[in-house]
Amino acid sequence: MEGLTLSDAEQKYYSDLFSYCDIESTKKVAANGRVLELFRAAQLPNDVVLQIMELCGATRLGYFGRSQFYIALKLVAVAQSGFPLRVESINTVKDLPLPRFVASKNEQESRHAASYSSDSENQGSYSGVIPPPPGRGQVKKGSVSHDTVQPRTSADQQEPASPVVSPQQSPPTSPHTWRKHSRHPSGGNSERPLAGPGPFWSPFGEAQSGSSAGDTVWSGHSPPPPQETWVSFADTPPTSTLLTMHPASVQDQTTVRTVASATTANEIRRQSSSYDDPWKITDEQRQYYVNQFKTIQPDLNGFIPGSAAKEFFTKSKLPILELSHIWELSDFDKDGALTLDEFCAAFHLVVARKNGYDLPEKLPESLMPKLIDLEDSADVGDQPGEVGYSGSPAEAPPSKSPSMPSLNQTWPELNQSSEQWETFSERSSSSQTLTQFDSNIAPADPDTAIVHPVPIRMTPSKIHMQEMELKRTGSDHTNPTSPLLVKPSDLSEESKINSSVKFASGNTVADGYSSSDSFTSDPEQIGNNVTHQRSHSGTSPDNTAPPPPPPRPQPSHSRSSSLDMNRTFAVTTGQQQAGVVAHPPAVPPRPQPSQAPGPVVHRPVDADGLITHTSTSPQQIPEQPNFADFSQFEVFAASNVNEEQDDEAEKHPEVLPVEKASDPASSLRVAKTDSKIEEKTAASVPANVSKGTTPLAPPPKPVRRRLKSEDELRPEVDEHTQKTGVLAAVLASQPSIPRSVGKDKKAIQASIRRNKETNTVLARLNSELQQQLKDVLEERISLEVQLEQLRPFSHL
Amino acid sequence: MAVCVAVIAKENYPLYIRSIPTENELKFHYMVHTSLDVVDEKISAMGKALVDQRELYLGLLYPTEDYKVYGYVTNSKVKFVMVVDSSNTALRDNEIRSMFRKLHNSYTDVMCNPFYNPGDRIQSRAFDSMVTSMMIQVC
Repeated sequence: MEGLTLSDAEQKYYSDLFSYCDIESTKKVAANGRVLELFRAAQLPNDVVLQIMELCGATRLGYFGRSQFYIALKLVAVAQSGFPLRVESINTVKDLPLPRFVASKNEQESRHAASYSSDSENQGSYSGVIPPPPGRGQVKKGSVSHDTVQPRTSADQQEPASPVVSPQQSPPTSPHTWRKHSRHPSGGNSERPLAGPGPFWSPFGEAQSGSSAGDTVWSGHSPPPPQETWVSFADTPPTSTLLTMHPASVQDQTTVRTVASATTANEIRRQSSSYDDPWKITDEQRQYYVNQFKTIQPDLNGFIPGSAAKEFFTKSKLPILELSHIWELSDFDKDGALTLDEFCAAFHLVVARKNGYDLPEKLPESLMPKLIDLEDSADVGDQPGEVGYSGSPAEAPPSKSPSMPSLNQTWPELNQSSEQWETFSERSSSSQTLTQFDSNIAPADPDTAIVHPVPIRMTPSKIHMQEMELKRTGSDHTNPTSPLLVKPSDLSEESKINSSVKFASGNTVADGYSSSDSFTSDPEQIGNNVTHQRSHSGTSPDNTAPPPPPPRPQPSHSRSSSLDMNRTFAVTTGQQQAGVVAHPPAVPPRPQPSQAPGPVVHRPVDADGLITHTSTSPQQIPEQPNFADFSQFEVFAASNVNEEQDDEAEKHPEVLPVEKASDPASSLRVAKTDSKIEEKTAASVPANVSKGTTPLAPPPKPVRRRLKSEDELRPEVDEHTQKTGVLAAVLASQPSIPRSVGKDKKAIQASIRRNKETNTVLARLNSELQQQLKDVLEERISLEVQLEQLRPFSHL
Repeated sequence: MAVCVAVIAKENYPLYIRSIPTENELKFHYMVHTSLDVVDEKISAMGKALVDQRELYLGLLYPTEDYKVYGYVTNSKVKFVMVVDSSNTALRDNEIRSMFRKLHNSYTDVMCNPFYNPGDRIQSRAFDSMVTSMMIQVC
């Protein structure tokens, strides 16, 4: 091939065209499709085209290199000029006008070509220039549109894989024509390589638009509408097209109206709409976007997940950073997925960026999900209105651009901030809800509930004790009571200070009835330590100790205002006293009842009650004699009360306890009492005994009745009260003494002795109680230790 | 209000650090780096309890003569550190919390972007603008 010499204008023009055709940015090869399209747009006969291609050597090579392309272009110009196509005509033809391409995109170049070729010519034919382009544009609109449609579709078919490219094929074409007209005059597009014809175009532009709005429009349209861009990925004309459109449109529309064609109307609409907002999506664009959306997500109301969108947009070969920014702009609700509107906006931005437009800092209004629909509907608006409006919006865009970002800033910020706020609050609240989800650590054990009679007893000790007392009063020997009865019996077994033994027996007893509780109460106790769900264990933690429960109930019982335990205690103490005091003076309790019928009677009452209870329980047989003794003592005490003699009481305990363990027979005691009674009768001092003895036979029953009655009557008995009763009785006995005047000295001595005995008795009682207390405390400590040992396990 | 804002990843490398250019930025970088120790200390102190019970806002990490450093850690161990001027006495704890909340929101928006690979430096313009809004008030 001959060397090709091109003028500067031609060089520029050809390079533009080549870059336009060089869709793959290889800088070396022009895409065949584009070239063919270009040639078709040149409106040359096909055979001429083929000839050109052959001449330039593309057919040989199979592709259009830069040189081939330039040659081809030159040949096109030659052909268009009417010269015969010959190889040598490339360089021989002088003043060859630049090849004209009727294709939409290339009309711009054709304008350029015209400008390049002869400025003066164009200037002179100003009026001629104006009408022809629109005229030509209009005339060829149909053809152009068809032509452009065809290449578009072909291009679409050729490049189905690159979604970014295809949309470029489908856009409206006509607007480009007069856009290009006015674009050049703008002069603001310095970056455009078509700045050369600028001077020419400026008069054209000025002539076109009398208003200075055009200039402002052009300058304001720094973010060119992407509509043109997606016509071609080439960076040359698209930006300028829109700018040129504005001033051109003002006049073009008038001319267009004269033509009165539907296509023109459409294009005008598109123009006007494009004036409204450079970022507007046209119908065709939108349709294309929707189709693309469907390929990913068939449901138009559905979402495209972020990953799929990422793959899709990565195909556009934009840098990740820009894609990231596009995503930020388009994902309006920040949900990581794209709705149809968001997807269209993102696609639009990708196309724009591909065509060289800078990405906005904020999402343009037209691309906002909510507004896109409105904009589309506004397209069908009044043309004149829009035309007229286009003029003002032509001015508006420059002012709008600053306002739009601000608007975008405020509104989406508010929205997003509120959404973000909500999401954050949701996040925080959700996290809180998650944190607050504390499972109930200690499951409510139904067994520990008040189902079992045994557990029931454990839980509210006082209440239970009262229940048991009531049962006892009714002489009901239920399970709960029997052990308790056993307990006092056990207790009563203990002769002296063996309080520990008593507790042990009590323990066994308690084990008997609390064994079932032990296992249930244990976790409960632990559970209580963790969560206060076990009321009973909470109330009486000591009681729920599994191994040594028995001692617990006892203190609790003692704590509780329960009759029975108090009675038992009274009995025990009394018995202990009887036992203890038996050796020394076991009488004091007795004389107390004798002296002070009130408190004293309680004892016999208790004793009687106990006796009655114990008589029924089999375990208490050995106790019966004690009880019997006690009852006899009580009877004696009662008799003593009747007789009001205390001295015998002193002797009674001495005698009776001695024979307590040995002789279960009451006869002995009776005999003793009788003897004592006899002594009583004999002497005032020993008469005390008789007091108790005389009423033995008859009195037991009535006494018992009395005791029983008083048993029922009497609510509580305390050791302390017993003690006090003893003391009171002792004290009360004293005033009774002075009755016998003659026996003052003796009485005083007797009273002194009595007092001493009571003192010793009380002292012993005190020591016993102290020991009991120590034992209880020790058990409590051991329980606590066990608790602590068990605690860490509960946390695991 | 903030003089320096930094986002530090779980592995204790910075994802984003920005300070007012008027001052020596290296000094702020150093302060942020030293504050990481305090953050770790605070995390470990509360670490025995469940993560959910741990509060995200760490509060004042340590005060210096001119500046105060506040910390905030997310459940994914991403830390936000903010350095404020001590002379700004009007700054209350609630305001600091709100600023951290905004930071957290913007950070999650960045994470939602499928084009953002976790562990990359944050180059989101929205995030930048948000941080600028927090810092501009100082200038």
